[in-house]
Amino acid sequence: MTAPLGSHSIDRRTLLAGAIAGAAGAILPSSAVAEPAAEHSAAFQAAFKKVIGEATPESALVTIELPEVAENGNNVPYKLAVESPMTEADHITKLHLLSTANPQPAVATFHFSAQSGRAVVAGRMRLARTQDVIALAETNTGKFLMASTLVQVTIGGCGN
Amino acid sequence: MGLKPRIKLPDTIKTGDTIEIRALVHHVMETGNRKDDSGQTIPRNIVHSFKAVFEGQPVFSADFGSGIAANPFIAFYMKVSGPGELVFTWEDDSGATTTEKVRLEVHGEGQ
Repeated sequence: MTAPLGSHSIDRRTLLAGAIAGAAGAILPSSAVAEPAAEHSAAFQAAFKKVIGEATPESALVTIELPEVAENGNNVPYKLAVESPMTEADHITKLHLLSTANPQPAVATFHFSAQSGRAVVAGRMRLARTQDVIALAETNTGKFLMASTLVQVTIGGCGN
Repeated sequence: MGLKPRIKLPDTIKTGDTIEIRALVHHVMETGNRKDDSGQTIPRNIVHSFKAVFEGQPVFSADFGSGIAANPFIAFYMKVSGPGELVFTWEDDSGATTTEKVRLEVHGEGQ
């Protein structure tokens, strides 16, 4: 790793935190990857609760694709897809992209319409450190569907 | 958002197709988490809203937070009902908006 020597001490701290988080992630048993990790921020818990209320999400029909290792947390590609016929009777209304360890957990909310055809989106996001990234979909009948993936971040983004 | 946004549609579009639309706008997406050299917080200025409208009907929209990367890129889908005009609008925290219009031509009927 080439640390930018001579830059702000805060940059070095971020790098160190990222390296520790990366090392910790590497020794977790593989079962820990399937289940969301424990260290979800309070800000994430609040943002998640704000979307979902008292409902319980189903772990079904949603796929979330990010690289397993992101060398640069400033620019990480994501792709979210929900299996849905996207008809008037059965469609996805919203899809939320949530970070469990960024300073601001609500990364994006996507709104679909009758003209959408597919509940699929892709883009690029920032990751401050190694963390679970969550996709949470809302159906027109008020159900919540969810998926998460763990991303190892080498150098954190979010400018802190 | 000074530069012209980039929009990519498939080369051949038929009525009834569900097409992928890719849109990118140039923007720094300042998070509000960073400090300048004198220790002052640099205020947040991000593109917080993106909308795609086809012939006056909303197709897709997105609310962005500061966790979206600089020069926000978005790929999404649309079911094509026929030819028409696509209008894309981005708005940032300073109130600046960028609008891009694209004529969608169809080449026959799809499956």
